[in-house]
Amino acid sequence: MTVATVPLRILIGKVGLDGHDRGVKLIARALRDAGMEVIYTGLHQSPEQIVNTAIQEDVDAIGLSILSGAHNTLFRRVLELLSEQGAEDIVVFGGGIIPNEDVPALKEAGVKALFGPGTPLDDIVRFVKELRTSR
Amino acid sequence: MTRLDIHLDKRDRQVDLASMLAERVRQGEVRAVARLITLLERWEQEGRDTLRLLEGQGESSRAAIIGVTGYPGAGKSTIIDQLVTAYRRLGQRVGVLAVDMTSPFTGGALLGDRIRMQQHALDPGVFIRSLATRGHHGGLASVTGEAVSVLEAAGYDVILVETVGVGQGELEIATVAPTVVAVVAPGLGDEVQAMKAGLLEVAQIIVVNRGDHPEADRTLRELREWHRTVLKITATTGQGIPELIAAIAEQQRLRDLEAAPTRAAP
Ligand SMILES: Nc1nc2c(ncn2[C@@H]2O[C@H](COP(=O)(O)OP(=O)(O)O)[C@@H](O)[C@H]2O)c(=O)[nH]1
Ligand SMILES: [Mg+2]
Repeated sequence: MTVATVPLRILIGKVGLDGHDRGVKLIARALRDAGMEVIYTGLHQSPEQIVNTAIQEDVDAIGLSILSGAHNTLFRRVLELLSEQGAEDIVVFGGGIIPNEDVPALKEAGVKALFGPGTPLDDIVRFVKELRTSR
Repeated sequence: MTRLDIHLDKRDRQVDLASMLAERVRQGEVRAVARLITLLERWEQEGRDTLRLLEGQGESSRAAIIGVTGYPGAGKSTIIDQLVTAYRRLGQRVGVLAVDMTSPFTGGALLGDRIRMQQHALDPGVFIRSLATRGHHGGLASVTGEAVSVLEAAGYDVILVETVGVGQGELEIATVAPTVVAVVAPGLGDEVQAMKAGLLEVAQIIVVNRGDHPEADRTLRELREWHRTVLKITATTGQGIPELIAAIAEQQRLRDLEAAPTRAAP
């Protein structure tokens, strides 16, 4: 296998307390079908679990779904833990219900992209595919 | 500088990188362990150089390498989750390699084994890595054996390897793990399939999982006619896990005895 065909490795997980995983599973499947290796961690993950997992799995990016309203603290905590571990090179993106007014600050903090409800899966897939060239 | 000098210079730098990475792996640094597995997965020279340095260390590892094989849904990941808990209680550091299949059509893979093991994600004594087969046949990723060596060098005492679990031609696990546990679920006709697929020959220990299933005892009796060590467990509750740990230890003890040169009594 040549370097050019090495699949991207993406962690897809869900932080927070709510118990719906339909959306994240759809994204996980779409990324797999686009040729990526998707590490799916399931529901109710803490930022600590997410970051430890991302490092052990040596992923290129972490995609988090957050519906619980605690997005500001949760995303920031993930970014903080990544930088504590010297792993700022791992891209963080997210989806869920995130009020527009919170988006600029989260991006400023280092979240690379945020996808609101109803974003076409293709848009998310395209974003992740482009990570290969931008990293 | 001549062309050859430049080439040698580059080679020196690679050797430096490799020895630095090897040292970090030896210290058990998680990021280094994970990165080395990635480099090996990509067939990169730095990965191979590093592994050679680690393997050249001489001191033979005493890690227990245990393969877990069986059909999809039989309960392999859930059993590994329980084994990790048990070995941690015994004070062992545990590494897990969980292999899933790469789609031959898209090259993608959904690696979901660790969903069942996430309770260990915060434990610094546990390292879990998911591997995709990337076109390799035989039930493992081609990097599996090398990844086991990396975990040994990083000081993990127990290394658990979960095979893909398609059930056909998964015998390669025997070349990586001296102890193989085959997991069979009752009521699915798995026992017949297991015999056909050669699982009973490749495995030293057979586990009938889903001990809570009404057919479990019948499956247990049937398999005992074919294999010396068949245990019943219920992975979701942990029932039978201590017996499985004991059976694994016994199998390792016997193997060590067989491997030891026989000496006359003094
Ligand atoms: N009832 C019951 N369900 C189990 C048992 N062990 C595993 N399962 C369930 O079986 C499903 C598949 O288990 P998993 O460990 O992922 O199987 P694998 O595909 O072989 O790795 C999961 O939903 C488990 O919760 C058991 O002993 N009893
Ligand atoms: Mg599994």
